[in-house]
Amino acid sequence: MAPLLAMSDIAKHFAGVPALRGASLEIAPGEVHALIGQNGAGKSTLIKILTGLYRRDGGEISFAGQPSHLASPREAQQAGIATIYQELNLVPLRSVSENVVMGQEPRTLGFMINWPEAHRRTREILARFGIDIDVTAPLGSYSTAIQQLVAIARAVSMDAKLVIMDEPTSSLDSSEVEILFGVVRELKSSGVSVLYVSHFLDELFQICDRVTIMRDGQTVGSRDISATTKLDLIASMLGRNADEIAAEGLTELSGGNANFEEVVLRVEGTATGPRLSDFSMTLHRGEIVGLGGLLGSGRTEAARSLFGVDQLTNGKMTLKGATFRPSDPSAAIRAGIGFLTEDRKEEGIVPHMSVRENLTLALLPALRRNGQVDREAERKLVADFIRKLGIKTAHMDQPIRELSGGNQQKVLLARWLATKPDILILDEPTRGVDVGAKREIQSIIRTFVDEGHAVILISSEFEELVEGANRIVVMHEGRAVSELTNPGITENALVRALAHHEEAGR
Amino acid sequence: MTSLISDEPVRADLSTRLKNNGGLVALAVILIFNILVTPNFLQAQTLAVNISQVATIAIVAMGMTLVIATGGIDLSVGAVMALSGALAPLIFQSDFGTAYPVLGIVASLFLPLIAALACGLFNGTIVAVLKVQPIIATLILFISGRGIAQVLTNGNLQTYSNPDFSYLGTGKILGFPFQGWLALAIAIFLFWLVNRTIFGRYLLAIGGNERAAKLSGGPVRKVKIGAYVICSILSGLAGLIVVAINSASDAARNGNLMELDAIAAAVVGGALLQGGKAPIFGAILGAVIIQLVKYTLLANGVEDEVALIAKAAIILAAVYIQQARKE
Repeated sequence: MAPLLAMSDIAKHFAGVPALRGASLEIAPGEVHALIGQNGAGKSTLIKILTGLYRRDGGEISFAGQPSHLASPREAQQAGIATIYQELNLVPLRSVSENVVMGQEPRTLGFMINWPEAHRRTREILARFGIDIDVTAPLGSYSTAIQQLVAIARAVSMDAKLVIMDEPTSSLDSSEVEILFGVVRELKSSGVSVLYVSHFLDELFQICDRVTIMRDGQTVGSRDISATTKLDLIASMLGRNADEIAAEGLTELSGGNANFEEVVLRVEGTATGPRLSDFSMTLHRGEIVGLGGLLGSGRTEAARSLFGVDQLTNGKMTLKGATFRPSDPSAAIRAGIGFLTEDRKEEGIVPHMSVRENLTLALLPALRRNGQVDREAERKLVADFIRKLGIKTAHMDQPIRELSGGNQQKVLLARWLATKPDILILDEPTRGVDVGAKREIQSIIRTFVDEGHAVILISSEFEELVEGANRIVVMHEGRAVSELTNPGITENALVRALAHHEEAGR
Repeated sequence: MTSLISDEPVRADLSTRLKNNGGLVALAVILIFNILVTPNFLQAQTLAVNISQVATIAIVAMGMTLVIATGGIDLSVGAVMALSGALAPLIFQSDFGTAYPVLGIVASLFLPLIAALACGLFNGTIVAVLKVQPIIATLILFISGRGIAQVLTNGNLQTYSNPDFSYLGTGKILGFPFQGWLALAIAIFLFWLVNRTIFGRYLLAIGGNERAAKLSGGPVRKVKIGAYVICSILSGLAGLIVVAINSASDAARNGNLMELDAIAAAVVGGALLQGGKAPIFGAILGAVIIQLVKYTLLANGVEDEVALIAKAAIILAAVYIQQARKE
């Protein structure tokens, strides 16, 4: 059967940096096709090219047997490609019917909207998916799941041949997921193809026929879902050898217990909401504990709970022997915790301020002298850190936004080191920095730990976790599910633990 | 750092310098125009008149600059001026005020400022704790503040004769109006506050990146409330000065449209509306420019209505220069 969609050799550059090179995707009519890959693998760029949001720099696309040159999302919609985004583009205050028929309302006399007909048509479409709701009620009065289904119904009513779903289940509970799956199956049986993007691999095995895997802007594989395994998919996403991972087995995970005397932090069954439901760990002086897990597993949420950003709804934390329950970040800082956040731009730097002012931001209360900032002490301290960490800056009063990513990151690291914390939480400390700066940052972390402090390390780079961490707490869907101990952790073992969290035991 | 080897860097340098000092250039242009065109411009009398008028705008604009630095805005400054201005004569003309003149004067200076402080606390709390958009939060007092002032005075013009109180608006030190010195003293204090203290550092950090400031342990709520409180107290003070100048308090007119002048002065002075910058002396410069444009047009017989249009043109130019500077 001729494919409904064939994209081949797609290339796309952003400011000279390749985002896609040689990406391809083929979807058969009536097929539910999964698209997976790590963050930055190029999934969303590929989809945006398909839906006309971006223009491709190279490659061929054919849709329904015709060469396709879609230049806007509107053209894509007219051609029969509908996209259901994570953030729904519907109007919550208007009725369900209005949302479904918008832009193609049935009319009488050519200009009046025929509402009875619109409601009837909407009911009919929804009934196909087994949904019976009051279509005259405002859309916003229904749950996210129903709203998502309405978005799909709208797509179907426009005779879509291909429906793209981007993380459709990320905000649904399990019964709602079942309803959504029913709809996907209904679409499939009526000959509509579905492109399904999701981080939740288990789902793919339930409803997808085929899967395409992307890595570093390229398509690295495409296979029948029945002929693959979760382990195989993860290995392909990460670019590792599945056989090798499988052969190593779980037995080598056990290693000698590291001998650390003093427990600085003990976390028992903490929860802050749906994204973090059951988190436990211990941390000793002189230890690096890694948090492992795929995106959305609750690693960042765990860090936020330790730092007082999100409040605990359950569980208990003990810091240096005393109960610890920070009400806000400043309480956590006073208690001796630092938190290098994942998003340098949104949560890290203050772009207008200088290197000096950024570096001492968390230290300000300690720099108070006679009601002022002790500028002499500040300059001395900043000069020290610039020298020690090798921060490349013209002078300490240069605006931080003019520094490279790696140097900005060093300034932020210095911001926390300057507060002399007992525990430093590092969320993706080397993301987006070049190789040289990366090694320097890692060695700074190493020195900090060797001085008797403790680090909680979150990283999507497995090398960093495996080589750096004394232990790795593996997280899955907001829970700490297992723990690996060095020596004995290999990248492959970690990948196995992520794929088979339930077998690794708790 | 200009080079003599080629023309290019010099020219580039000049254009950036023009952009960075657009306010000073504008001021120079206005001054030169006035010296050439306006009769009797270069006289001590003219200077004194302008200083006494610009002081209130400058004082409010400096407070506004702090609020804008947090990424907020305060529409209630004019209403707070009316409120504090209405209270002062009520206090020194009361039985208590006439029985104890000295205490009466002291009370009529401090109680209105405390009322203004309460207004700032109200604004700041709504913005920082309840997280209401600043433009809506301060709209509450913008509307009700003047209303309260008019209710207090039954909507009447309160005239009085009290030389001690009037010193605030008519007194002179070294030949210059008292309120000019006052504005200068406030500017020096605020400059120190912004550039030397921990409060100032947090203020700029919050405006520059609120989430980063919060995650670095910054007391975001307290600092934001502080900025609104300072802005309101300064507005209250400006309200008292206006009443002192006029020897009368008119709740309907005191501080009318001041919020627009103050915002314009702050923006002309280089404050970024998205926050993160608090150029205190820039606010004074902005206030001076706005005052001088008003004066120039008035002195040359141009009508008030046209002056408003000129003011709008200044704001437009300032915003344009800000945009250009960003690139």
